[in-house]
Amino acid sequence: MDNAEQKNANEEAPSVIDRYFTRWYRADMKGKACEDHCILQHSNRLCVITLAETHPVLQEGRTVKSINYQISNGCSRLNNKVTGKSKRGGQFVTDFAPLCRITCSDDTQYTIYSCIRGRLLEVNENILKTPNLLLEKPSTEGYIAVILPKFEESKSITENLLRREEFEEIVSKRGQSHPP
Amino acid sequence: MLPLKEKDKPIIQKLLAAGCCARCILRFCCLSVQAAYRQPAQETMKELKAFIAVKENTKHQESVALPSTQENNGSYDAAASEAPADPPSKRAKLDPSETAAQTGESAAGQLEESRVCVVCLGILQHLCGTEQATKISETVKKEKYEFDTLVLSVSLPAQLCVREHSCWLHVKKEVREKGLVLDKDDVIQVKEAFKWIMQGLVAKELKGVAVVSKSMFEIGLEFIHLETDSDCHFLAKSCPDCFRPTKNKQSVFTRMAVVKALEKISDATFLQHYPCPPPQPASCCLPLDVQCLHMSVFIAGRYNKFCRSLPQTPWVIDGERKMESSVEELIAAPILSAFRADGFNFSSSGREDVDVRTLGNGRPFAMELLNPHRSRLTKVDMKQLQEEINTLSDKIRVRDLQMVTREAMSHMKEGEEEKTKSYMALVWTQKPIQREDIVFIDDIKDLILDQKTPLRVLHRRALAVRQRVVHSMSTRFVDSHHFYLGLKTQAGTYIKEFVHGDFGRTKPNLCQLLKTDVDILELDVESVDVDWPPAIPE
Repeated sequence: MDNAEQKNANEEAPSVIDRYFTRWYRADMKGKACEDHCILQHSNRLCVITLAETHPVLQEGRTVKSINYQISNGCSRLNNKVTGKSKRGGQFVTDFAPLCRITCSDDTQYTIYSCIRGRLLEVNENILKTPNLLLEKPSTEGYIAVILPKFEESKSITENLLRREEFEEIVSKRGQSHPP
Repeated sequence: MLPLKEKDKPIIQKLLAAGCCARCILRFCCLSVQAAYRQPAQETMKELKAFIAVKENTKHQESVALPSTQENNGSYDAAASEAPADPPSKRAKLDPSETAAQTGESAAGQLEESRVCVVCLGILQHLCGTEQATKISETVKKEKYEFDTLVLSVSLPAQLCVREHSCWLHVKKEVREKGLVLDKDDVIQVKEAFKWIMQGLVAKELKGVAVVSKSMFEIGLEFIHLETDSDCHFLAKSCPDCFRPTKNKQSVFTRMAVVKALEKISDATFLQHYPCPPPQPASCCLPLDVQCLHMSVFIAGRYNKFCRSLPQTPWVIDGERKMESSVEELIAAPILSAFRADGFNFSSSGREDVDVRTLGNGRPFAMELLNPHRSRLTKVDMKQLQEEINTLSDKIRVRDLQMVTREAMSHMKEGEEEKTKSYMALVWTQKPIQREDIVFIDDIKDLILDQKTPLRVLHRRALAVRQRVVHSMSTRFVDSHHFYLGLKTQAGTYIKEFVHGDFGRTKPNLCQLLKTDVDILELDVESVDVDWPPAIPE
């Protein structure tokens, strides 16, 4: 199977993501350089919020000290509970609602935002126990949260987001203006 | 001769004066001889009048409520002379006296024959006879239904109950004097009298089909009377708890609700709000179109799906069709035309994704066929039908197609969770593998999975962690990045998610077991271990 050999040669696996999801991005979240988010939208409108590979947390040599879903004194994303088919009771989040804060071992702290409007369905508790998932598999097992946009907003929520090509262009320009 | 008793006389007199039709009078006399209702209404009217006229002198002193002797004289004339149906002169006499006494608003000189009955609103008077029976049988014949027996179902305007009650209060005393045990329940219902008259006529028109009380085939007759729709409205104020608005009801004044309210309301309150006897209507009930309905028939079978681009049911997103066809439609089209059914409900023992094939003995399915015009298919017919389905498409194949009962359909759904299913998956691994890297999988038995609702279906299913068992697995090495994985699992296990892990939401998963990223390239259902419907030998 030559095909398989070729696939293996590529760094990216022929992943579940490519089959079912569309990748959307938000670059320099809240004006902070390189704090890029990646939103994976499933064909059923559901969105998985992840760190883009360019996010500072994922850069060479960094390790994660802690992840905190308690975003304020009164609000912890860990308390989010949804019930039934209609997902009653989930916290409603908007574009700039913080989902969690990640503290790296050098004590720098990053806030991860919702990026889209919708109902919070779940947060990834696995990364609390195994923060390395975030570094090793940022776009799958290291996801941050799952958000369900309103049915009528399932198309419009991505209007403010960047397509993959647009995002890659921004990233490549970054390299030019700030040579390493 | 009508089998009437002396004690019926006051009832007859009162009801005649109130503007009841002949058959309604028989009903309030609690007469349960069916033949009496079947004879022409004019005959009955004549007989009634003759009957009360006979001992007019003795009876006269007792009948307190009667407005005048004019009426009795008039009736006497009619009976004595045996005159044909409508001698207008005496009826003209009857009317003004009666209307003046009762309502005072009806136009004088109206012919009795054209006056609509105050209780049945014309149903037993003008709407049950040969003409209606012919209309019914024509509708049935036009639709070419196949049936042995039929049941007549009659839907009457709810206000008929109010009028019936008012009329009952009007003659309650007289009816109770007639027989100690007689009560409102002993009054023959409009519906019952209607059926006594119509069933025989319809049966005759349809050449001897039995009209019975329970049948797969129903002829629905509905009558409306807009003029008197507001008759019921006062009940809403007296018994508000009987008339709670419900989602799918057009009006709160359903027959059931009205009957319930009438049981609750006191006679005094009723009489305060509604005239007794009921007022004269200007028009007759309107019959709606005859509705024919054959009860659903059920069929079952097993299907194979050989195509990786065929959904099980029509796939529609934002009102737009995603794929041309579906398993359901391919199976249903020939069946619908064979049974000449109006529609269907399809159900199956689980379902497969659009890109999954179903091989082996196939997946059990059942269909409810709605309003089938044809329902008597033999085993040979079913075999032919199955062949037709199989000839029309090579994407699917059907076997064991048979007629089943509604009850038998539940076998398919019951214990669905305990059943097992077998699958074959083609798996890709990111790291190169060797034969011996995967053999350990063959030894894993009864592996318990915690599956969070897959992201794939989370938009329509509740979020939950479900425990599922993978009973056994077997592997077949293909090359350094591919192998076939056979699985036998508890029904309801999401196989794709077990293989790729669904963002780590199914645990354990094959990625964890093999310590590399894996993906599922192809999936086939090899067997659905449900032993229903019974196999039919080829």
